[in-house]
Amino acid sequence: MSVTVASPRQGRPVQGRPVQGRPRQGRPVQGWLYAAPTAVFVTALFVVPLLLVLVMSGSRWPLLSGNQGWNFPANYTKAVGNRFFLDSVAFTLTYTALATALLIGLGLGLALLVQESTRWKGLLRTAFLVPNALGLASASLLFYVLYSPFAGPFAAITEQLGFTFLGTPDAALWSTLFLIVWRYAGFYMLLMLVGLQSVPFDVFEAARIDGATRWQTFRHVTLPLLRPTLALTTVLCVTGSLLAFEQFYILTKGGPDNSTISVVQLVYTVAFQGQNDLGVAAALSVLVLLALVVVNAVQLRAFHRTDVDAGTS
Amino acid sequence: MTTRADTALVAAPVGSGRRRGSITLAGVVLRTPYWVFTGALAVIFLFPLVWTALAAVSPQPGTSQTEGWGFGNFRALGGYQAGIWQYLANSAFVSVLTVLLTLAISLLGGYAFARFSFPCKDLLFLVTLAILMVPYATLLIPLYVLLSRVGLHNSLVGVALVLTMFQLPFSTFMMRISFEAVPRELDEAAMVDGCSSFTALWRVLVPAVKPGLITVGLFAFLAAWNDFMAPLILINDSSRMTLPLAVANLRGQVQGVVDYGATEAGVVVLALPCIVLFLLLQRHYVRGFMSGAIKG
Repeated sequence: MSVTVASPRQGRPVQGRPVQGRPRQGRPVQGWLYAAPTAVFVTALFVVPLLLVLVMSGSRWPLLSGNQGWNFPANYTKAVGNRFFLDSVAFTLTYTALATALLIGLGLGLALLVQESTRWKGLLRTAFLVPNALGLASASLLFYVLYSPFAGPFAAITEQLGFTFLGTPDAALWSTLFLIVWRYAGFYMLLMLVGLQSVPFDVFEAARIDGATRWQTFRHVTLPLLRPTLALTTVLCVTGSLLAFEQFYILTKGGPDNSTISVVQLVYTVAFQGQNDLGVAAALSVLVLLALVVVNAVQLRAFHRTDVDAGTS
Repeated sequence: MTTRADTALVAAPVGSGRRRGSITLAGVVLRTPYWVFTGALAVIFLFPLVWTALAAVSPQPGTSQTEGWGFGNFRALGGYQAGIWQYLANSAFVSVLTVLLTLAISLLGGYAFARFSFPCKDLLFLVTLAILMVPYATLLIPLYVLLSRVGLHNSLVGVALVLTMFQLPFSTFMMRISFEAVPRELDEAAMVDGCSSFTALWRVLVPAVKPGLITVGLFAFLAAWNDFMAPLILINDSSRMTLPLAVANLRGQVQGVVDYGATEAGVVVLALPCIVLFLLLQRHYVRGFMSGAIKG
């Protein structure tokens, strides 16, 4: 399947390994000079912090007084023992499952709706994509007002029905999910469109000639051929949802009754609000990192296995 | 294949609608449910934006715009703490610095990865992409400690450096494939004519990879302008807050009474540049996602 490799490199006369005698290939010093800024940034702002967070997770490290020495397993036991730890993990997993199912389903649905190029569909695409230009923080603020029982456009209706958007744990979860769908559905639509465009038209043509119904074509032609795209979007969506922060920090503020605290929000709270314990926060975030690596490895392996019978290289 | 998808996706808003030339009555009737349905969807997506823009200037009790339409909410926003101009300036500074740094680093880096071979090249590229795999919070906590150690605590420059780092996986990848799409003969001819590798880059290649640069710059701007978590953690001083942080903090100011009007105005100020840029550069925006998708 060429979705994953349809880079502009293909079809260029110079693709692949450089031929001997190319003027600059033998000048590693110059190459390093051009790559040096990248190397400096990646080292100073990524590799070093990554090592430091490991050290911090094994040290007593209050926010204000800095490193107070090694205390290896203590931070981890404290992190796991935090009274919101299990709740936040459970909540984050629920949220991730729901957000991923909604975004992948709706993204694919929208993509199928606007697949062909007409002026109207172009306008639709733009309409679906515009929310994506907003930052997640701006979008959360926008919905904070929109959901408000005082200033929102639905204030009168919700008051009559005795319902608030953020009042109960379930309502808060679904209201946040709506915000996320509004903000991201266009993004996933776009990724699905890219995947759909790379499926050769002849395949659909062949299915039509063979008398396949729309549903059969979708189920047995489109979906299998979209598998690489579905894999990519699922990995993206799961990763993004597991790390959710802004929508809960701004929109629900973790409430009501601490029912919508995500894991990353817990990390922030432990580090900067109240406990001010960077060591425990570092331990928590190392756990998040490990969980993310495991989740992504499992996903990639699962999708890779199914890729093989779809004929992907 | 990329080009086909690219043009098909992008050309759509501006034409090629002529194919459905023969509009018959039956066709219209059959397609009406489709139009109603998709139109309703579009309304759902546009409604929050339109409502906020209108609510910000419309009269509402409990806000700074109680009678008649006007910009009272924006004036209230202007008078909040250090003033909106300060926050706008902070956000603009962070965004511009992030864009410039991202462009410079990924231009040079992309050139290096596409055209040179040097030791540890693949390792460096992989480590750069690995930034994507690491949660934001996992990096921001040690960065908070590191930046205060080098005197960049509470500094907008520090925020811009961090945001640039978070942009590097996408921008380096994007610039690498942009350079690889340019035929090698182009810069080789320039070198034969006596250009140094840097002059070849600046005079010959930069014009050729300009679309890639626009995409990278646009993404860096949107990310930096909208970022919330990095300034939240790295900035304490309320006069150095960026706009998203200031608007988010503004809600809880007056003893739990939220000034919804000023919040609406803040959202408008936050969203407007992004939406304008998005509509102007939609083509480049779409291409950015495509290259992301291509990566797999």
